[in-house]
Amino acid sequence: MGLNILKKVPTVNFIGYRKVAFLISGLLILAGVVSLAIKGGPAYGIDFAGGINVQLKFNNEVELDKLRDALESIGLEGLTVQRFGMQGDNEYLMRIAQSDIETDSLRQGIDSALAKAMPELGHEIQRVEMVGPKVGADLRQKALEAMFYAVLLIAIYISGRFEQRWWAAGIMAAALAGGMYVLGLVGIATGYLTIIALIVALALCWYLKLNYALGAVVALVHDVIITVGIFSILNKEFDLTIVAALLTIIGYSLNDTIIVFDRIRENLRNRISKDFGETINVSINQTLSRTLLTSGTTLVVVVALFVLGGGVIHDFALALLIGVGVGTYSSIFVASPILLAFQPPEEPLPQGAAPAKA
Amino acid sequence: MSGNLRLRIGITLFVTLIGLIYVLPSIPAVRESSLGKVLPDTKINLGLDLQGGMHLTLGVDIDKAVENNISQAGRDLRDIARDDGVFILRPTVTKENHLQFVLPKADSRDKLDEIIAEHFENFRVNSRTTLDDGQVRYDLIMTEKYKNYLADLTLDQAVKTIRNRIDQFGVSEPDIRKQREDYRIQVQLPGLKDQQGAIDILSRTAHLEFKMVDENADIAKAQKGILPPGDELAMMQHTNADGSSTETPIVLKRDAVLTGEYITNAGTAFDSYNQPYVTLTFNSRGARLFERLTGEHVKERMAIVLDGKVYSAPVIQDRISGGRASITGSFTTDEAHNLAIVLRAGALPAPVTILQERSVGPSLGQESIDQGINAALIGGALVIVFMVIYYGFAGIVADTVLMLNIFLVLAGLAGFGATLTLPGIAGIILTLGMAVDANVLIYERIREELRNGLTPRAAVDMGYSRATLTILDANVTTVIAAIILYQFGTGPIRGFAVTLTLGILASMFTAIFVSRILFDLWLVKRPAKAGLSI
Repeated sequence: MGLNILKKVPTVNFIGYRKVAFLISGLLILAGVVSLAIKGGPAYGIDFAGGINVQLKFNNEVELDKLRDALESIGLEGLTVQRFGMQGDNEYLMRIAQSDIETDSLRQGIDSALAKAMPELGHEIQRVEMVGPKVGADLRQKALEAMFYAVLLIAIYISGRFEQRWWAAGIMAAALAGGMYVLGLVGIATGYLTIIALIVALALCWYLKLNYALGAVVALVHDVIITVGIFSILNKEFDLTIVAALLTIIGYSLNDTIIVFDRIRENLRNRISKDFGETINVSINQTLSRTLLTSGTTLVVVVALFVLGGGVIHDFALALLIGVGVGTYSSIFVASPILLAFQPPEEPLPQGAAPAKA
Repeated sequence: MSGNLRLRIGITLFVTLIGLIYVLPSIPAVRESSLGKVLPDTKINLGLDLQGGMHLTLGVDIDKAVENNISQAGRDLRDIARDDGVFILRPTVTKENHLQFVLPKADSRDKLDEIIAEHFENFRVNSRTTLDDGQVRYDLIMTEKYKNYLADLTLDQAVKTIRNRIDQFGVSEPDIRKQREDYRIQVQLPGLKDQQGAIDILSRTAHLEFKMVDENADIAKAQKGILPPGDELAMMQHTNADGSSTETPIVLKRDAVLTGEYITNAGTAFDSYNQPYVTLTFNSRGARLFERLTGEHVKERMAIVLDGKVYSAPVIQDRISGGRASITGSFTTDEAHNLAIVLRAGALPAPVTILQERSVGPSLGQESIDQGINAALIGGALVIVFMVIYYGFAGIVADTVLMLNIFLVLAGLAGFGATLTLPGIAGIILTLGMAVDANVLIYERIREELRNGLTPRAAVDMGYSRATLTILDANVTTVIAAIILYQFGTGPIRGFAVTLTLGILASMFTAIFVSRILFDLWLVKRPAKAGLSI
């Protein structure tokens, strides 16, 4: 026998803690939303807002003020300079809000300004990223669409697999796709369109009694909102890799939720208890050691990425770190209580199967 | 050993062998050995963020191309009509793709309409307005169909020109794609070192013109905006002895006497002061034109204008035959070289603008690989040690299939010719964590069944059969997210989506299928009552 974190199946009353959990979730979401409201939306990186990033590397340490002064002599609009990566790397990131500069003249400008101000340091331009405003808007729209379609397809899959109600899922998909199309014709901005579509999707899940899908989708929207909120509070920027991280979080959060739901369904079939809340509790407890182990190992590798992966994927790893944590929490404390609140239809007893003991 | 088990082992060995065939060519030493000649030509491509290089999105200014075309049509119409004795004044392009001009004599209207119908089928007459003084103002409009055709043609030509220029610049595996729907061109130049040079040659329209200098014009007046009709004010670049450059105003005749379309070749050479200059060779038609021109304008100055910038305006000493000319001016050797490339490859049919640029220096790429691999090794090692401590022998089984999993992901990346990017490495590291999940689900289930009093044999059977469906459900949703990522993502994001999908597929194979074999092999040799190290 190997080690055991949990010697036997625990009997924690998770469902009993749901009010405390709702309070915690509510506060986290509120904090994020307030931060977003104060800052006027998410801080978009150059992928979405347009602009220029230039990563510079020096042989030795440079004072930020001196560097800023030297670069300001080129006369760039909205210039910010910050340290990048680890302390000893001597790497700096300059960000220029303006995107109508030609990058080759910018390179020359930087080269000559730095050669003049600090000739002894020997600089190297490691990375240049320029995104024009039009491309930025396109990328923003695509990112929102991606999030929306991911949520929609997942909702359909869960409804089909868990409740054998592919037709209901189909109706939902058709209604949403049609609605999106019509609203798009009217010319509503994609941002609002996605939010409207998401609300409609949730309402449809509720109306069509697709309760597993409802629980799972609420949980993953919850995870995404909290991750976005924490990013806003930490003043981190949103770019394409963060969207990739968010979609991974969606996948992970669902993975977790589905494993709990799967057990709930199995226990419902086996009629382990007349009380639905009790069934959910037992199911969560039965899968708890797996949840802790998997989240643990995933977190270990994500922490390795966060600490050792280098500056370019630092924020990506941070988003995953938050998301994996929140995703684990939400499958227990958000998805399951919502399933309890709306109650799935009774599972038919499989033929020849005897009700198992609890 | 039962036949069923033997078959499953066979399948596993077969998959591993296929994986090996695809992975091995990625190792440079193997590729160069005699084995490399037998193996398929697959290798894991490194993304720009890992090997350095450049990604550009270029926007083609279709409106400008349409405007140029209409303006040319205006000049053609004026010339054709004049040959038929009809005179039109001031053909001008207005914003919305209209061509306007004035016909001073109203009685030649029918004849003009005939000319338009015969020679300008891509235009239709939008309106004819009779002005107070009896003149008629025409408003022509380009047909929508022709405009779209022109736009497609312009994009195709732009792609061709850009491909030409890149080929001459010397990049090993360029990838150039057009996005027809928004008239954009995606250019990927992996491993490129001279990024500034690449932008320099790609974004230059290279519209070369020869224009005569108007020696009689008053420069001071011209600078105040008073120009003789048909003239324009331009700036000429000079290089001073100390390397700095100054600009002097010069007045040119607006109409070009010759353009770059007749150039067949361009190169660089050095003058007696070791200053680089660009040599041009005209085709036979261009050579004849150039000879006639220089003969007609002896002792006058001819300006050489590239993209609106005057490079030089030498005095024509004598008639120049042989179809050769040169551009001297203030450039460095690199600039002259790049200029020769763009002139050789031809002009872009419309100006292009750089909408997006991502370039990574080669040193940063190496650093990223090192850090990514470092993080992967440490993260992976922690997980592997943990699994052995926690599950004992079963942990070793899990670790074995985990390694096979990573190996298969790499084989998949090579087999599909996918590009490994930094987020891709992150994807592999993440699947490491998540691949453990399938094993954990099975093992926890087996432990549960053992606690319920089942024999190891029965507990293993039950654990695998119960966990399999759960694993499928959980992974399908992640695959859905990955497919969407692939559909909507670009570059590095796609790399991440591919690795994530491959990782999940491989993890289902290794955790459900392969690890079961190891368990069965183990159980076969044990007495039924012995415990299970799990």
